[in-house]
Amino acid sequence: MTTPLLLQVERLTRCYGDLRAVDELSFTLARGQVLGFLGPNGAGKSTTLRMLAGVVTPDAGRIVIDGNDLFDQPQQAKQAIGYLPEQPPLYRELTVDEQLHYSARLHRLSRAAARTAVARVKERCGLTEVGVRLNGNLSKGYRQRVGIAQAILHDPPVIVLDEPTVGLDPIQLQAIRALIAELGQSHGVILSTHLLAEVQATCSHVQIMCAGRLVFTGELAELERRRESTCLRIGLNAPPPVSRLALLPGVDHVEVLGNDRFRLHHARDCDPHRAVVDQSCAAGWDLWELTPEYTDLERIFVDLTLGSNG
Amino acid sequence: MILSIAIRELRGLFVSPLAWSLLAVAQGLLAWIFLLLVDDFQNLQGRLVGLENPPGVTDLVVAPLFGVAAWCLLVLTPLLTMRLFSEERLSGTLDILLSAPVGTSAIVLGKYLGVLLFLFAAIALVALMPLALTAGADLDVGKLLAGLLGLILLAASFAAAGLYMSIVAAQPVVAAVSTLGLLLFLCIIDAAGGRETTSHPFAYLSLLRHYDALLLGVFDSADIAYYLLFSLAFLGLSIRRLSDGPPRD
Repeated sequence: MTTPLLLQVERLTRCYGDLRAVDELSFTLARGQVLGFLGPNGAGKSTTLRMLAGVVTPDAGRIVIDGNDLFDQPQQAKQAIGYLPEQPPLYRELTVDEQLHYSARLHRLSRAAARTAVARVKERCGLTEVGVRLNGNLSKGYRQRVGIAQAILHDPPVIVLDEPTVGLDPIQLQAIRALIAELGQSHGVILSTHLLAEVQATCSHVQIMCAGRLVFTGELAELERRRESTCLRIGLNAPPPVSRLALLPGVDHVEVLGNDRFRLHHARDCDPHRAVVDQSCAAGWDLWELTPEYTDLERIFVDLTLGSNG
Repeated sequence: MILSIAIRELRGLFVSPLAWSLLAVAQGLLAWIFLLLVDDFQNLQGRLVGLENPPGVTDLVVAPLFGVAAWCLLVLTPLLTMRLFSEERLSGTLDILLSAPVGTSAIVLGKYLGVLLFLFAAIALVALMPLALTAGADLDVGKLLAGLLGLILLAASFAAAGLYMSIVAAQPVVAAVSTLGLLLFLCIIDAAGGRETTSHPFAYLSLLRHYDALLLGVFDSADIAYYLLFSLAFLGLSIRRLSDGPPRD
């Protein structure tokens, strides 16, 4: 069974003067996916999301949201998308309740439907206590939450969040991540961020952008698989001389870490852990730690983004 | 939908000190001029009695007052309309409207209606002053209504031009200055053709020339059509411009 596609983007291009901010970008989003948009600053993430929301007109390309072309049937397409810009778009002079009701009216919710929708999103985003406060007086974290509430108010199948967790404290962060994960089950969610931890915590799929182009797209698991291990950390109670460890099959060189611990660097496809265990038993090295060390995602990220520039 | 946007716009105006201070300044200035005009009229009254067809209080107080009110509107409107799009774009709130399933024409008309309602409130306050005279003088209601209509049409034209400038300009202050420049130019453009001839094309283009006729109580449908066409043209341009996306630099 194929999951229905909620969003199709084809050869999307947008230039600012001579700069191609987004260059023939194509991707899709299905129901049940949480897609993390990663990239260094100025990679074109925000521009892409702004085009999806219909705020910026692309120079070329096609966007189909829930079966509606954004340029042929803009109103139906926009009804199917919820968008949180980089800066939560809030009128300073409105209260949280008024802001949400206004937004509900703009999305063609009837008065009764708006009331229940506003109550629901306030509950979900932890805003029940700040309903009568003015947007202008809210802290950054609360403003962010009102922005998210506004984006999911009309229960759109596609939710686009531009850096949704900026300015949140760790407790709010947990709550919002949980909310995104929950939304991801029944909706399609796209969120942009430059924090890899964010992607690891919330996303099922990852896209890495650099200089307006996609340099990686796939499941998070696939990105994790790229984190091949090339190091093995071991701890021995009765270590042999370092030169003896360097003789183990597959080991390139040995790093002494102190406290009877060593780091064995080895080739990608030649993991010496079995040899370590065998030799340790045979020679009585008394092995007490054996940990493969993975390249962290940051490293992969840097490799991918630098690689596309080079 | 249009109404929701208009109400929000109006609310935004009324909670901002800018709108209140504009109202207060305009009202204060006009009240002072009104007092001077009434005083002048009282001094003149004795001499007017001898005339065969003397000008009434409407000609000597209301028409000049509305004449000054038009200039007040000219200065006041750009300061109101600059907020409409420029400021919202700067603060990012325009994204709410652009990403909502609302057509560009509804956005433009909603905002136009909002600022228009505010201007109508300002005009209503100005109209209260001559109405206070009904207690002690005979007002020519026809002339008063023609003048009010003129003021309303003028406000509608100013607001439409200001709205367009607000979409075009990236900065609110630039929007205000260019609106003021455009409106002033359109008001004094008839100076080029010599102020006497009404048939001259420059004279015909002048915003105030058509208003003067209404102040005299001359209700010409061509004047009305001029203002309506002027407003419609700028609203049309605004809708087109907004559909094209944000201004590029």
